[in-house]
Amino acid sequence: MTAHPPRLVIEDATIGYDQRTIAERLSLEIPDGSFTAIIGPNGCGKSTLLRALARVLTPSTGRVLLDGKAITQYGSKEVARRMGLLPQTSLAPDGIRVADLVARGRSPYQSLFQQWRSSDEQAVAEALEATRLTELSGRLVDELSGGQRQRVWVAMLLAQQTGIMLLDEPTTFLDIAHQYELLELLRTFHDEGKTLVAVLHDLDQAARYADHLVVMRDGSVVTSGPPAEVVTAELVQEVFGLPCIVAPDPVTGTPTVVPLDPRSVVR
Amino acid sequence: MSALPRAEHVDFGYRSGSLRSRFASARLPLRVLGVSALLLGLAVAVAVAAIRYGDYPLTAEQVLSTLLGGGEPFHRIVVLEWRLPVAIAAVAFGALLGLGGAIFQSITRNPLGSPDVIGFDAGAYTAVVVVTLVVGSGGTWSIAAAAIVGGLATAFAVYLLAWRRGVQGFRLIIVGIGVAAMLGSLNSYLITRADITDAMSVGFWSAGSIARVTWSSLTPSLVLGTVIVLAAIALSPALKRLELGDDAAITQGTRPGPVRLALLVLGVATTALVTAAAGPIGFIALVAPQLARRITRSAGVSLLAASAMGAALLAAAHLLSLLIAQVYRSIPVGLITVCLGGLYLIWLLIRETRRQAGAPR
Repeated sequence: MTAHPPRLVIEDATIGYDQRTIAERLSLEIPDGSFTAIIGPNGCGKSTLLRALARVLTPSTGRVLLDGKAITQYGSKEVARRMGLLPQTSLAPDGIRVADLVARGRSPYQSLFQQWRSSDEQAVAEALEATRLTELSGRLVDELSGGQRQRVWVAMLLAQQTGIMLLDEPTTFLDIAHQYELLELLRTFHDEGKTLVAVLHDLDQAARYADHLVVMRDGSVVTSGPPAEVVTAELVQEVFGLPCIVAPDPVTGTPTVVPLDPRSVVR
Repeated sequence: MSALPRAEHVDFGYRSGSLRSRFASARLPLRVLGVSALLLGLAVAVAVAAIRYGDYPLTAEQVLSTLLGGGEPFHRIVVLEWRLPVAIAAVAFGALLGLGGAIFQSITRNPLGSPDVIGFDAGAYTAVVVVTLVVGSGGTWSIAAAAIVGGLATAFAVYLLAWRRGVQGFRLIIVGIGVAAMLGSLNSYLITRADITDAMSVGFWSAGSIARVTWSSLTPSLVLGTVIVLAAIALSPALKRLELGDDAAITQGTRPGPVRLALLVLGVATTALVTAAAGPIGFIALVAPQLARRITRSAGVSLLAASAMGAALLAAAHLLSLLIAQVYRSIPVGLITVCLGGLYLIWLLIRETRRQAGAPR
């Protein structure tokens, strides 16, 4: 890992909705420059943790540190210039076009009088290009395919120009080709030095693209570390209750999970 | 100077210009600005044209020369003292109603959102009936105060009833419709208890008419209206962020709860102001943002275009009411807006139903 101090730390946090506590006394560090994937079974608190990191949820105990300082001590636009979130679902205003929506990502940099500096236009143009949307920039968002629409949201996040990007299940509603297309895109951001934290469902994809895995179960972190060390048959059995073998991916060599056939195991 | 790299310019899919200086920069959506300017010009022209009509008809030359500082003394009284405040009210109140509607439709993400929908008008009506029954059918100011207090109290109650870990648009509308219906039955009951003069006076008030606007009631409305417009401009960037959903708004640096509350207060204040001065004028707030959106093809609801459309609609309804008075008898402008608004609502419901009934694509 890098020698830099972690950019994002959650300390001793209890997180939940109203009376329902999802995670208790949770602590975690996001290494600087890492592509961190949070994995775990449904309802284990992955998204809750991500939403707490993104300050959408406020922990009832403990705190979140951004670059060494409590996140509550920053101005809210200052945080928005360092860290952005792709929520699980976002709402596009009726009749909005691609470039307009991507430009919304610039709002942390804008004031009442400075609404469209040349740096804003530059950032939007770059975000469109990086997500291969330049040709579609004048199209209505409603008319795009699911994969294209998700790229628009990613472009909006990219235009926010934050060093840290949080992504809540970015691949969930995409078909397999578009899932990999999006993950490749995230990888290029990682290569450019951004710190990424993504909630992912697919263990194989997480192990293939992330360099740091956080494994959760029942609201607590079971283990974390590089995929090659973390993903083992014992862990998958323990966390997901799935009997399996873990084999190297024939293409990348990263660990992949191959479930056992329950009928042949029983016999 | 070498050619700019290709990534410098963004194609937004419609005509837009950029304004850049050291102190301010903005992107100018030309269609929205052009349509808004056109509508505002139309509103002013129609309102000025309406000055001609009334119990003492004037010619266009008489109106214009009086407005420009000439004219006979009596014409000066008719035009400047009696009819000019009404003309200004038609434009200003229409713009305020359009603004309030745009704020509500943006927050609720629903074309049915408007301050009247969350029970403001019904609550104002109830308070006016009560005050009329208690105080008697006198004071304009006590009725204005009653309308504001009753409307605000109802809007606040609806807000609290719709509260569940924050306020969500659709719940606000449903609760508002329910509360308005309950208040409606209360209003009917109160009227059956009233004597005939009180019932008449409440009836006139509830029809909504800008004809009763005078300089002394218009001036405070204009001052407060300016404050509301400035506050809306200051909050409009946050309103745009809220359009993307609360999670995205938070991570872009907005606190949804306080911002949404402030915007609701602004939206209700527009209606409160107009209702206090002129009685309830329905449907402008509901119709103006959607009509403006269709004409400007803007993304979401545009505050500017909705205000301009509101001004044009109310000025037109005002002129229509005066023209009807020429041939039939005087019809308050509030009844005209309700009539036209009803037609719009029918059209909206048919269109939504058709769209849901498996339209192609």
